[in-house]
Amino acid sequence: MTYDIAIIGAGVTGAMTARAVSKFNLKVALLEKANDVAMGSSKANSGIVHAGFDAEPGSLMAEMNVKGCSMMKETCEKLHVPYKNNGSLVIAFSDEEVDHLNELYERGVKNGVPDMRIISKKELKEMEPNISDAAMAALYAPTAGIVCPYELTIAAAECAVTNGVEFIRNCEVKGISTGKDELTLDTTQGEIKAKYIINAAGVYADEIAKMAGDDTIKIVARRGEYFLLDRSVGNTVNHTIFQCPTKMGKGILVAQTVDGNLLLGPTSEDVDDKSDLGTTWEGLNKVKSIATKSVPQVSARDAITSFTGLRAHSLAHEFIVEQSKKNPRLINAAGIESPGLSSAPAIAQRIAGIVEKLIPDVQVKSDYDDSRKEPVRFRHMTDEQRAELIKKNPAYGRIICRCETVTEGEILDAIHAPAGARDVDGVKRRTRAGMGRCQGGFCGTKVVSILAKELGVDIDEITKFGGNSKIVIGKTK
Amino acid sequence: MINYDLVVIGGGPAGMAAALKAEECGVKKIVILERAESLGGILEQCIHTGFGLDYFGEELSGPEYADRFIQLVKKSTVDVKLNTMVLSIDDNKVVTAASSDEGLLKIQAKAIVLAMGCRERPRGALQMAGTRPSGIMTAGTAQRYVNIEGYMPGKKVVILGSGDIGLIMARRMTLEGAEVKVVCEIMPFSGGLTRNIVQCLNDYNIPLKLSTTVVATHGKERLEGVTIAKVDDKMQPIPGTEEYIDCDLLLLSVGLIPENELTKQANIPLDRVTKGAVVNEMRETEKDGIFACGNVLQVHDLVDFVTREAQLAGEGAAKYILGEGPKEKVYINTTPGHGVRYIVPQRINIKSGEDIKLYLRVGAIYKNARLVVEADGKIVSNKKHIKLAPGEMEDVLLPKDVIDGLNQDSKVSVYVEEA
Amino acid sequence: MKKDMICVTCPRGCNITVEYEGTNVISVTGNTCPRGEKYARTEIVNPERNIHSTVKLIGGKNPVVPCKTSSPIPKGKIFDVMKEIDKVTVKAPVKIGDVFIKDVCGTGVDIVCTNNDSGK
Repeated sequence: MTYDIAIIGAGVTGAMTARAVSKFNLKVALLEKANDVAMGSSKANSGIVHAGFDAEPGSLMAEMNVKGCSMMKETCEKLHVPYKNNGSLVIAFSDEEVDHLNELYERGVKNGVPDMRIISKKELKEMEPNISDAAMAALYAPTAGIVCPYELTIAAAECAVTNGVEFIRNCEVKGISTGKDELTLDTTQGEIKAKYIINAAGVYADEIAKMAGDDTIKIVARRGEYFLLDRSVGNTVNHTIFQCPTKMGKGILVAQTVDGNLLLGPTSEDVDDKSDLGTTWEGLNKVKSIATKSVPQVSARDAITSFTGLRAHSLAHEFIVEQSKKNPRLINAAGIESPGLSSAPAIAQRIAGIVEKLIPDVQVKSDYDDSRKEPVRFRHMTDEQRAELIKKNPAYGRIICRCETVTEGEILDAIHAPAGARDVDGVKRRTRAGMGRCQGGFCGTKVVSILAKELGVDIDEITKFGGNSKIVIGKTK
Repeated sequence: MINYDLVVIGGGPAGMAAALKAEECGVKKIVILERAESLGGILEQCIHTGFGLDYFGEELSGPEYADRFIQLVKKSTVDVKLNTMVLSIDDNKVVTAASSDEGLLKIQAKAIVLAMGCRERPRGALQMAGTRPSGIMTAGTAQRYVNIEGYMPGKKVVILGSGDIGLIMARRMTLEGAEVKVVCEIMPFSGGLTRNIVQCLNDYNIPLKLSTTVVATHGKERLEGVTIAKVDDKMQPIPGTEEYIDCDLLLLSVGLIPENELTKQANIPLDRVTKGAVVNEMRETEKDGIFACGNVLQVHDLVDFVTREAQLAGEGAAKYILGEGPKEKVYINTTPGHGVRYIVPQRINIKSGEDIKLYLRVGAIYKNARLVVEADGKIVSNKKHIKLAPGEMEDVLLPKDVIDGLNQDSKVSVYVEEA
Repeated sequence: MKKDMICVTCPRGCNITVEYEGTNVISVTGNTCPRGEKYARTEIVNPERNIHSTVKLIGGKNPVVPCKTSSPIPKGKIFDVMKEIDKVTVKAPVKIGDVFIKDVCGTGVDIVCTNNDSGK
C-alpha cells in the first residue's frame, strides 16, 4: 500500500498536522519512532502559548506565532484540552532592561500582537504580589496563555486517527529512497511507501531531510532543564513570568501549568547528543538561582520532579515550513523550536494548504470532525456527575491514583483511545495517574497490571516508555 | 445518605484497632472504609518478621499481625467497605467516598477516625541529576512487586536511604538472588532501626555508606548505573568523591510522609514537623470529633505502637460519641526542647485526669544522654538513655499527679540533656 | 575474648558485650532482658536467624504467598533454605500456619505459610 502522505514524527507539529490533513480524502500515516506520541520536545517544554513579540518582524516564526496564539483557544476547546489565557509578563530589572521592554513592545506591535502594555512597578506588584522587589517594570501581553503540550499532542493524534489517519508507533525511519511516483521509507516497522512525506521530526528533522536529499537544514539540540513544583505552590504567580530574553532564548521562566503546578526553567545549552535527556546538578542549580531572581519565594524544596527537554534549534533560528527545494516530495516542518507549541495550529494549517496545492484533486471529507471526544476527568466532576458515572460503569468508582484521583475507568479509556497509551508514562500523560505527590509510588504497580491485562501481555513486558524501559525484569520464581 | 456513629478511614492496623476499641467501648454503628481490595494496609506486603513482639509477645510477619485484627473485625459488628476511596469530609462530618460496588457514597458520621497511613517520598524531592530511565522506584514499590506480585524489579541494586524499608529490602532482594551493592545514606547516621542494620546489612556484608548520596543516574531506557558521592555537612556533594556503580535498580528509601490530603482538605491543622494532624492526648484533632492515629498522624517504627495509638483514638472517639468525654477542657501545648524534634500529642487537656504518655523523636544521635521532662520549671523525670537516635521513637510519661497540678499557663517540655 | 554485638531479638537493639573463650560464654552484659542473654550465647555458639520469603501459588489471588521459618535456623544455612523454598509450589486455598516444608534442610524447623489466600 502506498500512502498519500506519511508524516514523520508525532510531536505537536506532526500530530496537529495529521489532524489538519485528515480532513482530506487521503491515505495518511503518522510515523513515530517512540512508543507514543509527544515523546520528544512536545513532552518536556514550558507549555506556554506565547503572544508573539519575541520573533523578528516579517519572519515566518512571527507570523505563525501570532496566528497560532489566536487559534489556540478554539483549537483547545474542540480537542477538550485544558487551556488558560492568563497572559505573560516580561520583567525588567535595570534601566537597560526597561529599554529592552520597549524594543519588545515595538516588535510586538509590528508582529500584530494585540493589547500589549508596559506596566509600572506598582501595577506589576498588584498583578503579581510575589514578584521580586527589584523588578522595575514589565511588558504585559494579555493574549499569552498556557496549555499542556503533550495533552494537545495526544488530543490532536486522537482526532487524526478518528478521522482515518494510521498511527504507526516504534517506527523509526532509517532511510528514504526517492522513486518516480513515490518515496520508499526504510523503517523499523518495514518498508513504507508514500507519495509525499512531511518532515516533523523535531531535533532529527535535519537527518530526515538529508535522507530525502535535502541537506539545507541544520538542527542543534538545545537542552533545557526544569523543576516542576507541587500544586500547593501553584498559585505563587498568576501570569507567566519571563525575564528579558537573550540570544539563547527567552530565559528562565516561572509559570503556572494548566494542571495547577508551578514550573521553573528552562536552562539553555546546545548539546551534541540529540537523545541527551539527563538533568545536571549545575543546570538545576541555575534554574533555582535564576527563578528566585523573578520570584524570591520559589523553592526547589517543593519540587515533585525535575526533567530535561530538547528544543530543535535551527541555526537560522527560523521555522522552515515549506516544500523542499531539493525534493518536491518532501515537505519540511523543521526548526520548530519555541514558539513551536504556540504556532502548531498555524503550522498545521499552513501545511494543509501546501498539501492542497500539491495534490490538486484533493477533497475535504464530508464526515471530517475536527474535535475530540471529551475524556472523562473524574477529579473535575461534581458528586452528582460522579454518582451517575459510577452507576453506568463501576470502573469509574475504582480510584487507582490517590494523589490525582484517577479512576480505573479513565485508565482503560486512555489505553483504548485512538493512538492510546501502551506504557506507564503514556497512561500518566493521558490521565495524570502517577503524576502527583507520590509519583506513582502507590498506583504504579496497579497501572502496570491494568496495562498488562488490557494489552494481553505479561507484566514483565510492560515498559515505562517503550524500548527496553521495562518495569520489572522477570518473575521471582 | 447513610448514617454511622463512627467512620474509620483506612483499614490498616490503625483503622482496625481504632474500630475494634470503639466497639469495645460501646459504639454501635461503625464502618471501616478501605481503598484496597482487602484489609491489612501496608502490612500485607511486609512479609518479614518482627511485628507483634511488643503487643502479642510473639514474632509475627506483617500479614500475620494484620490477620489477628482481620479475624477480630470479622467477628465484630464493625462494617467494612472495601474498594472504597474517601474523596472528601465536610464540616458536618459527611464523608463522600467512591466505590465500584456501591457507587458514590455519602455517609453522615458522628465521629471520624483518620487512619490513612503514609506514603514514601519520591525521587522528585531529591535533587538528582541524570536520566529518567526505568529501574528507579521506591523501596515500598519494589517490596510490593517482590512480595505480592512475584516479580523482580532488578538484579544489581543500589539503595538510597537507610530507612527501615530500604534495609528490609536490601535483605529481601539478596535472598531472592539479587546483588545489593551498597546502601547510601545522606545523613551521618541511619534512619533505620539498629537491629535492621545488623540483620539486613551486616549479615549479608552489604556496605552502608553514610554521608553519601546518589548524585546522578545513568542509562537511557533501563537504569545502567548511578554515581554516588560523599556530601559535606550542608549535604552538598563533595567534588572528587564521585564513584560510579553499575546497577539496574535504584531503590529509594528516603522517608515516609503521612498521607494527609484528606486532612488538609477538611481544614484540619497539621504539625509542620510530623506532617500529621495536631492532636490531644486522645488523638483528637483540632476539629471536634475527628481523630487521627497511626502513620497518618506520625510515622511509627513499630506497628505495635500504631495499634496502641489507634486504641487511644478509638477510645477517644467512643467517649466523644457516647458523651463520656472529659467535662472540662483546658489545653496546654507540649513543647519540644533542645534535641527533640516533635512531641505527640502536641496539646494536652490538663483536666483529663489520667496519666499521659508523650511520644517523641530526637533530631540527632545522642549517647548517654538524659531525656528530661519538665513541667513549670520542675523536672518530672530525667531518664538516662545509652543511645537516642532519630530512627527510634521514644516515650515519656506525664503522671496524673503532675498534670493535676498544672494550670492554663503551665509549660510542659521535653528536652535532651547531653552527657 | 570480648565481643560487642547488637541484639536483634526485638526492636530495642541492645548493645551487648559477651566475654567468652572458644564457645564457652563467661559473661553477658548490656542486655535488658533474658532474651538478650540467650541471643548473645547463641550468637557465639551458633548464630541463628529467622528468614522469610514467598512460594509460588497456583490459583490464588496473588501469584505468590509469603512464608517464614517457624523458628530461627543456623545463619550458615540461610541460602540452602532459600533454595528449598524456591522449589515449592502450592495450590490455593492456603492459610496462615500451613506447613510448606517440614524440617527444612534437616534443621528441625518448618517453613510455614504467613498469609491467607482463599483462591480466585
